[in-house]
Amino acid sequence: MNFLKRFCRNRGAVLGLVILLAVVVFALLAPTLFPQSPWRPVGRPFLAPFTIERFPLGTDTLGRNLAAGLVHGARVSLMIGVVSTLVALLIGVPLGAIAGYAGGFVDDALMRFTEFFQTIPSFALAIVLVAILQPQLGSIVLAIGVVSWPPIARLVRGEVLSLRTREYVQAAVTIGQSTPRIIFSQVLPNTIAPIIVMGSLMIGSAILLESSLSFLGLGDPNLMSWGYMVGAGRTRLLDAWWISFFPGLAIFLTVLALNLAGEGLNDALNPRLARGRE
Amino acid sequence: MNLLQFLSGRLAKGVLTLLAIAVLNFFLIRAAPGDPAQVLAGEAGAADAVLLEQLRERFGLNEPLLTQLWIYLKGYMTLDLGFSYRQQQPVLALVLDRLPATLLLTGAAFLISLVLGTAMGALAARRAGKWSDSLITALALIFYATPLFWVALMSQIVFALKLGIVPNVGYETIGANYTGLARALDIGRHLVLPALTLGLFFTALYARMMRASMLEVAGADFVKTARAKGVSPPRVWRRHVARNAILPVVTLAGLQAGQLVGGAVLTETVFAWPGIGRLMFDALVQRDYSVLLGVFFVSSAMVVGFNILTDLIYRIADPRIEAGA
Repeated sequence: MNFLKRFCRNRGAVLGLVILLAVVVFALLAPTLFPQSPWRPVGRPFLAPFTIERFPLGTDTLGRNLAAGLVHGARVSLMIGVVSTLVALLIGVPLGAIAGYAGGFVDDALMRFTEFFQTIPSFALAIVLVAILQPQLGSIVLAIGVVSWPPIARLVRGEVLSLRTREYVQAAVTIGQSTPRIIFSQVLPNTIAPIIVMGSLMIGSAILLESSLSFLGLGDPNLMSWGYMVGAGRTRLLDAWWISFFPGLAIFLTVLALNLAGEGLNDALNPRLARGRE
Repeated sequence: MNLLQFLSGRLAKGVLTLLAIAVLNFFLIRAAPGDPAQVLAGEAGAADAVLLEQLRERFGLNEPLLTQLWIYLKGYMTLDLGFSYRQQQPVLALVLDRLPATLLLTGAAFLISLVLGTAMGALAARRAGKWSDSLITALALIFYATPLFWVALMSQIVFALKLGIVPNVGYETIGANYTGLARALDIGRHLVLPALTLGLFFTALYARMMRASMLEVAGADFVKTARAKGVSPPRVWRRHVARNAILPVVTLAGLQAGQLVGGAVLTETVFAWPGIGRLMFDALVQRDYSVLLGVFFVSSAMVVGFNILTDLIYRIADPRIEAGA
């Protein structure tokens, strides 16, 4: 059975993919749907949702259009989620590959280093990093990447460790291929499937991390983000619940969709490991 | 390897980890834009030239980098985590003052999530494929994707503001002057919502892990043997499967302690819980970097201590484990 069929057999994964596509479409269309800056007050503050056609989700404490903020926020969440996951991969994959392939002292040292990063409370480290480097797109992406790479390194190390002893790798050694070439052309291509699965699940955690940071006021001040919007509604919870409700719902749906799709990807890429479904 | 050797080995490793975090803090101060003296002073002291000069003197900021590092580490080794010029108090005193509230919150959340999570996971595995399994699995998926701060706010709206079942914010009723049992009950009422919301994500996590672990153990040979010998199915699940399946879950739960501390920052911010998470948030707003780094260090120390504790309990509980490896 081919990849697509296996993916589609998991109904949750299909649902996740549909939600995800909707979020991506909204994010791409943001400048067309709401050409004005989402920061601009455009109406009376505290307009309730579903009452005025121009503001389908209502307005916030300053009269900004919530729907516009939500759509523009989708761009930020998705972008930070993807880019910071790439940063984590960029750190984790080489470290794991070197540790697994070299073994011995190098492996020991690198794994101690990884363990150290796993011991540190990751969210606290992310807060400190962003606060010290000042909240900007770059520092946020860097902070999320820096706290997220250890699981990747461990995964790649484990895969490489078991691939290293395979006959085709030994054959490559025998014909005199250089070590970097063996790692890049023989070993790493065979670890791609599990890396893709873990990466897709990590985008969800990265989005949660980003929204938590911007909720605390550590978002890029130039970019509208969902976490910031939830935080902005905090002071008027009782009479204007929608200001905090909708952005949070958007985060939840996006992360859920990513997790569902990631699990579907796992089933589709590792058919032998797929959990029993009827 | 005996217990004493094991313990001293783990303690040494913990101390090394904390030393590494102190070094990390040292370089973080220098990574901030501007003069390290201004960073140490926080925004409060930024204008005061005398204070800046004192700080340069005290931390040897005119000396070579290695000397500066040595002075900084010496401070940490004597438990001097710096001074908050904004609050006019040593950082350590500020943190220790707030620590009990955080320990109470994270401890309660940890217990709730571990008990609830393993129970849910065990139930789901026991009824694998049935509707109760689907329900629990779906719930776990949902809780796993929900932003912690959002759940906290929404439950605040529903349970505190609208229904009024539990208090909205805070640690205890201000001005009530309860003592003894009445005070404990009052704190408990305030604890319910923060602990439940903080525990929700971890409940989902442990439920998923427990379910997978149970199903794995259920296929093991010794379980088949037990069944073949005619042990009753409920007893097999309880005594053979669940007891073995829970071990890896508890190990992973111990490793997750760090995330619990991170989540406490969000929960305490929403519920105005007077712990180190709230302290971190306040320090963040005031750009009081000494306090920020101090809280970061102490929360790391909490995690290190917690990991040693779980390892120790584990080693005593399960004689098969060679925890030295």
